[in-house]
Amino acid sequence: MTAPLDNAVTLKHTPDDKPLLGFWIYLMTDCLLFASLFATYIVLHNNTYGGPGGSELFDMPSILVETLILLTSSFTCGLAMIAVRQRSIKHTLFWIGFTFVLGVIFLFMELTEFKHLIAEGNSWHRSGFLSSFFTLVGTHGLHIAIGLLWLLVMGWKLIKQGFTINTIRRLTLFSMFWHFLDIIWIFIFTFVYLIGALQL
Amino acid sequence: MNLFADILGKLSFDALPQEMVTLGAGIGMTLGALGLVALITYLKRWTWLWKEWITSLDPKKIGIMYIIVATVMMLRGFADVIMMRLQQALSVGDSNGLFTADTFQQVFSAHGTIMIFFVAMGLMFGIINLIVPLQIGARDVAFPFLNSVSFWLFFAGMIIINLPMVLGEFSAAGWLAYPPLSGSQYSPGVGVDYWIWSLQLSGIGSLLSGINFIVTILKMRAPGMTLMKMPVFSWSVLISMIMVIFAFPILTATLTLLYLDRTMGMHFFTADGGGNMMMYVNLIWAWGHPEVYILVLPAFGIFSEVVATFSRKRLFGYKSMIWAMSAIAFLSFIVWLHHFFTMGAGASVNAFFGIMTMIIGIPTGVKIFNWLFTMFRGRIKFNSPMIWFMGFVFLFTLGGMTGVMLAVPGIDYQVHNSLFLVAHFHTMIISGVVFGFFAGLNYWFPKIFGFTLHEGLGKAAAWLWSCGFVLAFGPLFILGLMGATRRLDHYEDTSWQTLFIIAGVGVAIIGLGIASQLLQIFISVKRRKQNMDTTGDPWNGRTLEWSTVSPAPFYNFAIIPTVTERDQFWETKQTGSAQTAPIYTDIHMPKNTGAGVIIAGFSFLVGFGAVWHIPWLAVIGVAGAIIAIVIRLTNDETEYTIPATQVAQLELASQHKGQYK
Repeated sequence: MTAPLDNAVTLKHTPDDKPLLGFWIYLMTDCLLFASLFATYIVLHNNTYGGPGGSELFDMPSILVETLILLTSSFTCGLAMIAVRQRSIKHTLFWIGFTFVLGVIFLFMELTEFKHLIAEGNSWHRSGFLSSFFTLVGTHGLHIAIGLLWLLVMGWKLIKQGFTINTIRRLTLFSMFWHFLDIIWIFIFTFVYLIGALQL
Repeated sequence: MNLFADILGKLSFDALPQEMVTLGAGIGMTLGALGLVALITYLKRWTWLWKEWITSLDPKKIGIMYIIVATVMMLRGFADVIMMRLQQALSVGDSNGLFTADTFQQVFSAHGTIMIFFVAMGLMFGIINLIVPLQIGARDVAFPFLNSVSFWLFFAGMIIINLPMVLGEFSAAGWLAYPPLSGSQYSPGVGVDYWIWSLQLSGIGSLLSGINFIVTILKMRAPGMTLMKMPVFSWSVLISMIMVIFAFPILTATLTLLYLDRTMGMHFFTADGGGNMMMYVNLIWAWGHPEVYILVLPAFGIFSEVVATFSRKRLFGYKSMIWAMSAIAFLSFIVWLHHFFTMGAGASVNAFFGIMTMIIGIPTGVKIFNWLFTMFRGRIKFNSPMIWFMGFVFLFTLGGMTGVMLAVPGIDYQVHNSLFLVAHFHTMIISGVVFGFFAGLNYWFPKIFGFTLHEGLGKAAAWLWSCGFVLAFGPLFILGLMGATRRLDHYEDTSWQTLFIIAGVGVAIIGLGIASQLLQIFISVKRRKQNMDTTGDPWNGRTLEWSTVSPAPFYNFAIIPTVTERDQFWETKQTGSAQTAPIYTDIHMPKNTGAGVIIAGFSFLVGFGAVWHIPWLAVIGVAGAIIAIVIRLTNDETEYTIPATQVAQLELASQHKGQYK
């Protein structure tokens, strides 16, 4: 099973492109899940119930660093896919490791932000605004956590099996997933943090 | 006590049934389950059950399991109907009927939820699994393992919705559980949580099925079958599944938010804390309205096949059928607000949604006329599927017209939440969805089991259902206009009682219809030797599923057919294409796996732990499900090959049985 595959680089034109299409459709359903949460956030974001609003809560410099880290992780994920294309196990492992570390830092910073908010008495109990904030951002964070778990499994599979049709396909799907989460984060950054901080 | 609370959450001896009715139902259900287990053990069928059914990835077997579950659930839902009809026929004036208000509320909540999620959805996914691969000339679905996960998630949801009969109580907040009634303040018990998790699990299963069948239909059609040569039923499924992937994520999100409100003390839909309960109503109907079209489109597809086959004619207006279904699908996403005109969104908003709702009548009317024109000058054979169709056209058109009435906001303000509405949507769902699936089951039964169903009893069932339906829901239309609201456990106006009793008689006649269906299956199985379908084509069919033997082999087609025409099999029969010696090739099929049922089993633990607030159980469920998924994905040897020589032997064997054309 460890024989490297010369062709089928992106698997786009191989006969079995069903998983790619299926995963695309899954991502669109996930997108709609987030759309529902965004809609809820937009409806509730002024319902602070006498509590603080976004501009009083968000620590923008830290959010900006978080954003840059996540965007960089998308970049390193892209580099990992180039390494897959070159069939270099070493480079692939290095870049997915890099992506993993950046993902962990991102998640850590997000949880730290949550911890501060909760410590100051601004947890999800406080208001409809904070409920929808924690749920929307937390759902993204949960997806990141699932992605990190996925990366761990992929690293283990790569070390054990090398490049097979399955590992390559699953890395391709992972990179789709990771870029998708990036796009969702751009929307969170814009609609939740930027607009919230500017109090629009 | 504290220790128990730590370990068992809200679960305690108090959760066991306290009332006579629930106690009886609980004991009945437990005895039934134990009896089934004993029977399987006595017949030594556990290994067979595990190897042939539970672990099977064959869509035909999964389809049969869907239909069995849906049938059992239909009997459960119908038992709820009998209770409701008895209560409303008796609970007038000084009498309080048989049940307490709380029991009655649980009964109608369970009835609605079960009938939509576990009967209509179950029958729909059952028939889709049975027929779509055969009809598009494929051997399997795109993701057979995912299909098994979908079914077992549906099954886990089914178990959760039936648990309240033995543990705790069910939701008393109606089939859509509007907050604030469904919030923790007014529904502190576990009932709403049961509702949430039952729907969450089966809903995720439906979502995965939606993805699965879209990819199956888009990627696995037989060579030559372009989209515009695809049979209408497969088209209806494609459109319906596209709607599934648009609608079900909203349901997943909404249920999650309601659970967070109830458990984590969030304020999405609460009356205080800055929540907005109308947000819930908008979200749930943004899923709920498309949902009814998700159910009805495949039924339309079935009727299109049935009418064309039994009229001996090509379907009238194939293209307009597909455009009509696409238009219905699109419009169904911009009408959700008509479920709550009384929210007070304002005249312009209500006018928009009212007009959009009326516009849906146009493509639906196109379809009705297409079916009638298909029958026009056809040589119609009135087999039982056609009787179901006739009942459907008559009742559905009437129900559709009451729908246009309800679409007028002014009228809606008068009859909102009345029995008029109840009668309207039952007309649409029973005569549209349920009749369609019954017609489909009668029509395709021989393809799956190899023998036809008893015609006389099938026709009797269709007539009894149709007539019983008119009696059961005609009075509700009138009562609704007289001011009877829905969900009444008691009323003072004795002049209503007669109509409620007539409705009860109608339900009794529908009950006879169900009895004829059960008898039909029993007798047909008994006399299957006389009714063998030796040709594989008992109705002189038009589409590919009739070109293979009955019952269809597990690989569906020994040789994948090539398609050049819309009604390919009909054309082949007309032109009488020359028989050449078949050249068999190796067939790749997925291996059976228990991973689907294991993943769903852990998901059940998550749901059960979440309902009863038992964190450790939920954690075990999540961890177990993740580990099971990873182990399954680590397995790269998921397929096996049937060599060409063996295919030839299997085909020869079925020819020997005289089952091959």
